[in-house]
Amino acid sequence: MFKILNYSFFDLMRSRWSYVYFLFYLGLGFILFFLNNDITKAVITLLNIIIVLTPLIGTVFGVMYYYSSREFTELLLSQPIKRSTIFIGQYVGLSLSLALSLVLGLGIPFVLYGVFQSAAIWDFATLLLIGAYLTFIFVGLAYNIALSFNDKIKGFGFAILLWLFLAVIYDGLFLLAMVFFHDYPLDKFALSVTMFNPIDLSRILILLKLDISALLGYTGAVFQKFFGTALGSVLSLLVLTVWIIVPTYFMVLQARKKDF
Amino acid sequence: MINLTNLHKSYSKVHVLQGIDLFFDQNGIIAILGPNGSGKTTLIKSILGMVIPQKGDILLNESSILNEYKYRKDISYLPQIAHFPQNLKVEELIKMIKNIRQQKSNEIELIRLFNLSPYLDKKLGTLSGGTRQKVNIVLTFMFDSPLIILDEPTTGLDPVALISLKKILDEEKAKGKMILITTHIMNLVDEIADQVIFLLDGNIYFNGTVSQLKKQTNHSNLEHAIAEILKETYV
Amino acid sequence: MPLVRLSQLFIYSTLIFLLFSYSDLIANTIKVCPDCGIASVRQAVAIALPGDTVLVKDATYAEHDILIDKPVTIIGENHPTIDAQGQGYIFKVYADSVTIRGLKLKNVEVSYISDFAAIYTSKVRHFIFENNILEDIFFGFLIEKSHNGILKNNIIRGNAVKEHSSGNGIHLWHSSKIQILDNRIEKMRDGIYLEFVKHSEIKGNISLNNLRYGLHFMFSNDDRYEDNIFEKNGAGVAVMFSKQIFMRHNTFRLNWGTASYGLLLKEINDANIVNNTFEQNTIGINADGSNRITYEKNTFHNNGWAVRFLGACYGNKLLQNNFLNNALDISYVGRMNGNIFDKNFWSDYTGYDLNKDNIGDVPYRPVKLFSYIVNQTPETIILLRSLFVDIINFSEKVSPIFTPDNLQDLNPAMVPIINYD
Repeated sequence: MFKILNYSFFDLMRSRWSYVYFLFYLGLGFILFFLNNDITKAVITLLNIIIVLTPLIGTVFGVMYYYSSREFTELLLSQPIKRSTIFIGQYVGLSLSLALSLVLGLGIPFVLYGVFQSAAIWDFATLLLIGAYLTFIFVGLAYNIALSFNDKIKGFGFAILLWLFLAVIYDGLFLLAMVFFHDYPLDKFALSVTMFNPIDLSRILILLKLDISALLGYTGAVFQKFFGTALGSVLSLLVLTVWIIVPTYFMVLQARKKDF
Repeated sequence: MINLTNLHKSYSKVHVLQGIDLFFDQNGIIAILGPNGSGKTTLIKSILGMVIPQKGDILLNESSILNEYKYRKDISYLPQIAHFPQNLKVEELIKMIKNIRQQKSNEIELIRLFNLSPYLDKKLGTLSGGTRQKVNIVLTFMFDSPLIILDEPTTGLDPVALISLKKILDEEKAKGKMILITTHIMNLVDEIADQVIFLLDGNIYFNGTVSQLKKQTNHSNLEHAIAEILKETYV
Repeated sequence: MPLVRLSQLFIYSTLIFLLFSYSDLIANTIKVCPDCGIASVRQAVAIALPGDTVLVKDATYAEHDILIDKPVTIIGENHPTIDAQGQGYIFKVYADSVTIRGLKLKNVEVSYISDFAAIYTSKVRHFIFENNILEDIFFGFLIEKSHNGILKNNIIRGNAVKEHSSGNGIHLWHSSKIQILDNRIEKMRDGIYLEFVKHSEIKGNISLNNLRYGLHFMFSNDDRYEDNIFEKNGAGVAVMFSKQIFMRHNTFRLNWGTASYGLLLKEINDANIVNNTFEQNTIGINADGSNRITYEKNTFHNNGWAVRFLGACYGNKLLQNNFLNNALDISYVGRMNGNIFDKNFWSDYTGYDLNKDNIGDVPYRPVKLFSYIVNQTPETIILLRSLFVDIINFSEKVSPIFTPDNLQDLNPAMVPIINYD
């Protein structure tokens, strides 16, 4: 697996898109930190960008990479390598290279800005960790979609739809449901619905770091218990990890049955 | 030795392989022929484990290959269309496949044979179709595998390269290997094939030598012989 | 009777002798220590004459309900401890001009019927209680119907767990002209509680980790509090049913919880809230039925809500405040009712300033649609900063439907306001 991972990773690190992606974050980082002295505000802006953009990029790159390397995958399939090895290798290689673009792109301006001396280092580290998690999750989901559609256009369409659903539509329905049933106790419902969307979960994790747990405390004991203690962070991270493991598992399952 | 028993494969509604039974044990070149959509590539890919059959079994040297992968170290495969990662250089691709297979290889000789040395440091995305097919051939023949599977090997090759390819095939055959080949070039079959398998609508229509085929159809020309079979079945 | 006359003469001459032989005329100093004859404070107070000083040496004295019925000064040397051992009050002051300084007072009785305190006063004037340390007490200072007193530099440490079994650090009732200065109050029910208190000043105190409010006003008019720090209290500071309260330069921090505020205003009229800092509170200011209040040059940063208006609030002015990175700046129910937002700095403002006068050219709308939704359904807060919420906020900003059309700051500042004071 390591050979495939290694190969996918270096292949991607040399591709033009990785540079574009890296330079985008680098530019964003510099703009945020040198034109804006308020580090809290910078982290909030980054939060908005990361929870929307990393899933989108992960989805698009995941689907694109799968379809563009399909013939090469076939070449690998005729070699004495296990199928799961090939796909997990590609998946990890791609996710890792995207995550690295993100971490380096934002990390360099931050280090130059002096984040190690800043109190915001943990907020920032959380932000990058979440960005990496989201990359892995959405590349995994995209790979699942791509594996189930031989038609490139269909696969691409479904992947974008999935992103749109999780990034926007899900929250819209969620909000409607809560407003509609506001006479009922909603806190446990809200928490569990959040768990089923990695974007929401990531957003909450970063919000916790930004001391907005103060605000979340407003809504009552369940939220406060969840968000006020380490329980919230640990559980959220755990569920995010599940969000990586489950698509990977289905990816292996699909890959095993698929004809090439 | 390859043994296919009652092999079935269908894609959604199309029943591509309808219970294939085949047994090869002699070495030499076996040509798999048939019209488009007759299941040639599916058959080959089943042996390679790239297509998973719904029913039946495939034995390679008396052990089933279903859900296995290690057996592929004894197979060299030349795919129909050679698409490689665009950003990779030719030498890197060769190195990588070598790295994956960890087997003895003789790529230097092959590179000389196909005059590929000027392209070694070029990215694969920049190569012409013919050159890419040559790279493909190098990748296939650089390992010393007892079973060689070639899917339309002549696509895009110039006459010089075609001669080199035939020469290699002769050499490999002389080494006592089993070579499966699909092609539409009947001259090639006539020239090199020891055995012909004719697939039609997912069934084996004919299995024998070239001369047996000619005799059966009363045609001295192989192309005409094939045409005769098709005419018979479709009238 | 010559004998009587003689004794009177003796007393007079003694008095005259005392007058000339000691520089301090009346002040006799009575020392208290375990082995110097007078071993208890009670005994010392009993024999003291008005104006005398009782000097308590460093030791622990198990005493309670020490009655002070004459003007005396009690001074502790190195904070001697008076331990009530869980029985009654420690000092009950019924005389004017009493000073208690430098003592450590502990273990006051906890009761559900009586408000036992470390120092209790009733109907007295001109008292000074300073540099005392109060620990494990029920109430700290309980001041009733008393006037012109000073409470300074005391440290009050409770261990309140439940509201009904804990008392207030400094409790004033029907009093006036009291100065509460530089005290530190922790883990009580209310840090400082004022009921029917007038013309008093609360300055430089630190009130933290109290179960209920850091500072609590009820029916108290014409008071001022400034330079205090209120931190991590159950519900911050509450000012209720009071008039003309001046609040300046206080810091309200880290008051988190369902009903937790930096500052709660309930039925307050004509107050000034100037130059205060509100940071990381669930709600910075919660104003309920409060009228004619001027909020000026305050800084709100990283609060859940900066300011929430509830009920009928008429004629309030918010001028030149800084709103920095609050999750929601303003929450507002109902109509504008003559409230004014002007020249504030809003970190969320995205307008421009073409004529470079540091005033944004486009008005700012401080109330977002999302804050309405959260008012209706608090649990929706879980969607804060999600893309969907940003989208609906944006559409509301472009064409307001739910928020009052005239609820806007016409002159938003382009740079944060600096407080010169």
